[in-house]
Amino acid sequence: MVRNPTKYVLRLVIVAYLVLLVAWPVTLVVKNAFADGLDSLRHIFDDPDLTHALGLTVQVALISVVINTVFGVGISLLLVRYRFPGKRLLSALLDMPLSVSPIVVGFSLVLVYGGRTGWFGPTLENAGLQIIFATPGIVMATVFVALPLVIREVVPVLEEIGDEQEQAARSLGANALQTFRRITLPAIKWGVVYGVVLSLARSLGEFGAVKVVSGNVLGETRTATLAVEELYQNFNTDSAYAIAFLLTLVAVASVIVVSVIRPKEDR
Amino acid sequence: MSATTVATDRPAGDRRPARAGLPLTRASGLGLGIAMLWFSLLVLIPLAAVVVTSAGGGWSNFWHTVTNEQTAAAIKLTVGFAFLVTLVNVVMGTLIAWVLVRDRFFGKRALEVLIDIPFALPTIIAGLVLLSLYGPKSPLGINVANTRASVFLAFLFVTLPFVVRTVQPVLAELDKEAEEAAASLGASRLTIFRRIILPSLTPAIAAGAALSFARAVGEYGSLVLLSGNLPMRTEVTSVRILSSIENDNLDSAAAVATVLLAISLTVIVTLDLLQRRMVRRG
Repeated sequence: MVRNPTKYVLRLVIVAYLVLLVAWPVTLVVKNAFADGLDSLRHIFDDPDLTHALGLTVQVALISVVINTVFGVGISLLLVRYRFPGKRLLSALLDMPLSVSPIVVGFSLVLVYGGRTGWFGPTLENAGLQIIFATPGIVMATVFVALPLVIREVVPVLEEIGDEQEQAARSLGANALQTFRRITLPAIKWGVVYGVVLSLARSLGEFGAVKVVSGNVLGETRTATLAVEELYQNFNTDSAYAIAFLLTLVAVASVIVVSVIRPKEDR
Repeated sequence: MSATTVATDRPAGDRRPARAGLPLTRASGLGLGIAMLWFSLLVLIPLAAVVVTSAGGGWSNFWHTVTNEQTAAAIKLTVGFAFLVTLVNVVMGTLIAWVLVRDRFFGKRALEVLIDIPFALPTIIAGLVLLSLYGPKSPLGINVANTRASVFLAFLFVTLPFVVRTVQPVLAELDKEAEEAAASLGASRLTIFRRIILPSLTPAIAAGAALSFARAVGEYGSLVLLSGNLPMRTEVTSVRILSSIENDNLDSAAAVATVLLAISLTVIVTLDLLQRRMVRRG
């Protein structure tokens, strides 16, 4: 390629844009979190309500990731390898959670599972299962918003690898489970890992949908992101920044992990 | 045009008759059944409940809620800004993808990471992050907190990855031969971009734009700390729905939520059509 000034102008423009929009603001949060050394971080681990919030967030995220991984890999296999009526519609609907407002997600769950007026809520509550304003509701909201992430990573990989090897394994007498474990899973491994990391980051950080379904009860259904809002609005900014730092750390780490493991697609 | 189509059709692996697929066996049929049950309980029935609840109030009630002065202002702000931000993303996103694919320089890898951060960062933190550079204590002396500019800024932040990430792989697959041929025939760089590169990128740009628009329209978390949620000024549609829910006015919440769902559905359909077009083109 010929050297030309356009190249350098473009480079400069996008670097400036990304620094002003992402890099600088994110660095400031880290700086604010350590404004008085490690004190604010230590404070949040001393506060039982905040450690509970962090614990709840981790617990909900892990459950959600397991559900979405099993569901995501299964449905991807069905979509790519099998034919059935309504396949195209299903594949389009599976993307829906990506474009629905988190508030609408939470609200829709309240309408169906709400204990007082929900469609199924009262029945479930009589059976002793409370969903809204309790952990199951938080898990459902989190699973909902992160639902397409594993599928979107695994489907292209499955399409790419084709099914010749699976057919060969079958013709040699392997059953479906053996074929999946020995042939398919190793081939889609990185797609799954990538989807899992993205889901984990998304699940740890879900805010809007969780806010609607959780009831935000201190020490019970308050998650880490809800705590950040609460603390900041109550002028407890040091603790808000400290939790924000922890969540940012996980988010940035996930992105870096993904960028390292993802095979280079540019030559 | 035909030259680009051929060039971009370079297959990634051979094109199998993947469309066909196996007929369902008993085990896979059962799997599909369970998956559909879960998907219905989690997504389809709840979303249907929103539409049903809003229809339950009747058309006049729906219209009355949606055209309420404050709600209409919120919808107008959200949709208008989502549209503007999407325009910015179409230009900036394509530029960023271009530089990431075609340029080589020290620190490119770091830029790749920066692009995905808004996707992985919790939205409430996104608001906090922006507030620290563009809030009352801004080191730049720019304070947009509680203004409409803050809504724009928050939308810009959360939608950053979409156009970049849809355009980038298509651009990387693009063969340079057609461009070189055009250049050797005397086409200017601008003509090459307009006539050769842009047509191949259009479906990807449009798909990214659709995702970015949908994301902005539904945005909530990043605005909580940043925009102040001032009625008639910085209040977005999602905040409006939330306050209806908190006031136990579920019918109104459902009516406004239905408007958002209609927008999401339109985006999903558009995306589906565009993705099919992209697959055809390779």
